[in-house]
Amino acid sequence: MTSADILLLALGAVAIGAAFRVVRTSHLVRAGLWLVVTLGAVAGVYLVLAAELVAWVQVLLYVGAVVVLLLFAVMLTRAPIGASADLDRPGWAGALVGGGAALGLGALFVDGYRWQKVGLPAPGTAEALGAQLFQHWVLPFEVLSVLLLAALVGAIVVSRPET
Amino acid sequence: MHPAIPYLTAAVLFGLGVYGVLTRRNAVLLLMAIELLLNAVNLVLVTADATVRAALPDSGQVFALFVIVLAAAEVGVGLALILALYRRRSSIAVDEIPLNEAENEDRSEEVNA
Amino acid sequence: MNGVLAGALPAVPLLVALVGLLLPLRARRTAAALGIAGAAAALADAVALAARVKSPTTGGWRLVDFGGGLVVHVSYLLTPAAAVVAVAVGTVALAVQVYSVSYLHDDGRYPPYAAQVSLFTAAMLLVVVSGDLILLLVGWEVMGICSYLLIGHDRTLPEAPAAAVKAFVVTRLGDVGFLLGIALLALAGHSFDVATAGARPATIPALLLLAGVAGKSAQFPLHTWLPDAMAGPTPISALIHAATMVAAGVYVVARLYGVFTPVALAVLGVIAAVTMLLGALAATAQLDIKRVLAWSTVSQVAYMAGGLAVGVPAAALFHLLTHAAFKALLFLAAGAVIHAVGSNLMTRMGGLRAAMPVTFWSMTIGLGALAGLPPLSGFFSKDQILAGAWDAVRHAGPAPRWVAVVVLLAGLATVAVTGWYATRLWLRVFFGPLLGAAHDPPALMGWPIILLAVPSALLGLVVQFAGTFPGLDWLSIGALLLAVAGGAGAWRLWRRGADAVPAALANAFYLDDVQDALVVRPTLALASAVRRADESLVDGAVEGTGGGALGLGALVARWHRAALPRAATAVLGGALLIGIAAIVLVGLR
Repeated sequence: MTSADILLLALGAVAIGAAFRVVRTSHLVRAGLWLVVTLGAVAGVYLVLAAELVAWVQVLLYVGAVVVLLLFAVMLTRAPIGASADLDRPGWAGALVGGGAALGLGALFVDGYRWQKVGLPAPGTAEALGAQLFQHWVLPFEVLSVLLLAALVGAIVVSRPET
Repeated sequence: MHPAIPYLTAAVLFGLGVYGVLTRRNAVLLLMAIELLLNAVNLVLVTADATVRAALPDSGQVFALFVIVLAAAEVGVGLALILALYRRRSSIAVDEIPLNEAENEDRSEEVNA
Repeated sequence: MNGVLAGALPAVPLLVALVGLLLPLRARRTAAALGIAGAAAALADAVALAARVKSPTTGGWRLVDFGGGLVVHVSYLLTPAAAVVAVAVGTVALAVQVYSVSYLHDDGRYPPYAAQVSLFTAAMLLVVVSGDLILLLVGWEVMGICSYLLIGHDRTLPEAPAAAVKAFVVTRLGDVGFLLGIALLALAGHSFDVATAGARPATIPALLLLAGVAGKSAQFPLHTWLPDAMAGPTPISALIHAATMVAAGVYVVARLYGVFTPVALAVLGVIAAVTMLLGALAATAQLDIKRVLAWSTVSQVAYMAGGLAVGVPAAALFHLLTHAAFKALLFLAAGAVIHAVGSNLMTRMGGLRAAMPVTFWSMTIGLGALAGLPPLSGFFSKDQILAGAWDAVRHAGPAPRWVAVVVLLAGLATVAVTGWYATRLWLRVFFGPLLGAAHDPPALMGWPIILLAVPSALLGLVVQFAGTFPGLDWLSIGALLLAVAGGAGAWRLWRRGADAVPAALANAFYLDDVQDALVVRPTLALASAVRRADESLVDGAVEGTGGGALGLGALVARWHRAALPRAATAVLGGALLIGIAAIVLVGLR
């Protein structure tokens, strides 16, 4: 058990615990906040796995932008402060499918990797990733920018008030 | 490091995300659960990048970046839709969305009245 | 030459009929002229044939070959008997055409009427001269349809359509048997030729033919249509329902006489005996003058059938001829009376002797012939039949002896009853107090009556001098006395002013109601049940398929219309299952 493993275990537990609170809490705002914790833990995992750029982009975009958007939406839709009673549907179907998915994927991974040991790779710095990105992944990059533009325009159009 | 640990973490996150998608009635909470799903996938990609020697180095991390961007775009449009829905019906419970024109007219009359 | 004459005999009236059917309703004179010309031409043709034909002649050409020896020919079979019957048909048809011009002078649809009469004449003549069974059948059926059309001619009369349908349906019932009989005859003999088919005895075909005869000739149990058919115009009653069509059955039996085995003739004899008495008894209790004559026809045709049953077809045909003459005379004269009085009911008639002398004397001759008073024709023809029955009792003719006994006894009883109702009619119409103004009919109606009175009176004497009459023996005198006795009974009742109309007799022993209950109602119930089954089962199945599909579609649509959570669950659950399946399958390999 290397130190990396211990960190992975700890951060994984935090992520799972926070994710559990996200899907089970009855406070809308707290769900958002637990989501921040989850995303932060996952960013930590990325750091341990030497994916530096991804980790910081995760923090920047996910925690910084996405969660803020979600909290804005919660506020704009007049979410009640405090617990809401009728927030969930009956959970057995979700538990079944979700549990099944988790178990299935888990079994797949365990079957694939068992208790192998792998060495940590070279850190994925901005420089390294940038080199890859702009050598081999230019086209998807550009397409993504167009997609962002489309999403922007779409969001504006959809959220215009009806006249 | 043992890659099984982050993989299993991702599996459990995925399961929790599915549970959240199928259980939550509020559309914003639904989007949060979808973010969990996307994060699980990202985790798998990054771990795979560390585990597998790919033809193009760091391609897993590059994919993870792309997924993050897509998630951001998706949340933007999704929230715009939720706001439009809220404006029309003043409720964003996903199981109260009308399924055909008749229900739509009944409900929108109630809302406007 | 004979062939041309034979072919022209039905063809000329047919042509006249077809042209007449194309005439517009306004063309009364043209239609009348055409009808009279057609009937006159047919009569002249028949007279020529009667003069020329001394022995059976045939001829014709092939029409269609069905294989197996079944060939339909357009052919004729001329015998002296056929020629004489053709003359009778032509005479009555001509008389009726002339009479109708005056009788139906205010009818708005005269051209179709005259054309249908010509068509009927053509069909009857076809039956008379046909040498091929299929051709005979064609004529037979066309007669049926003409009868239907002509009974229902006056559409303003409420009972006419029902009477027409009744006549058609009842005769149709018999015609089914007739058709089967012809089919069996043709198959057995491998030929449709009348001469060959008529020579071989066969019981089942004979019995089937008798079904058709019973229908067309209004014998028990298919006699119920004839009294109701009096709803048609009186000239039609004269032509179709007295003189010709009802006698067609008798004629066909005589034509195919060789087919009839003793069993068939026994059945015919029993039918004849029953019908004779039934008709005569019913006639004594009728108040409508035409109904009296209709029941009388039923009874007299039964006489002819009885003659056939005891083995004297020649006598039966002779009675057919005399009956055609006097019954047509009676109907036409009755038409004159109805025309003068304005009603069919004898309760509105009386004392017309002085007011309508021509009609009175003609009708007296007709009724006398009917009752069988010498020297009128009916006396001779009836006596020939009775003599034939007596011969069959003594020497056993083609039918069993008991049949002859039954026919003889029934015949003698019927003579008495016939005298009764004939006298009753005579007294009620022409004697007693005069109820209103009346006058003799106009010329066009009067002359046919007078002309028909001649053969009614003299036909018997002609035959007598031809030497076939057995002479005045105890049988003929006995019959005469019975007729007089019947007449005396009626006279006494009339003198007392009573008119016994027992309900049983007036309703002809309720046979009509029996027929209605046994046949008509079940058939109507069956028809409505079939219609309901068709609507609910057959149509219901088709519509139900459509409705079922729509319902199923609505059901599936309802399941399909899932809210978002349910749809998401389904999708993700499905993906999970597929994933598990993939893992298991791949893992197994």
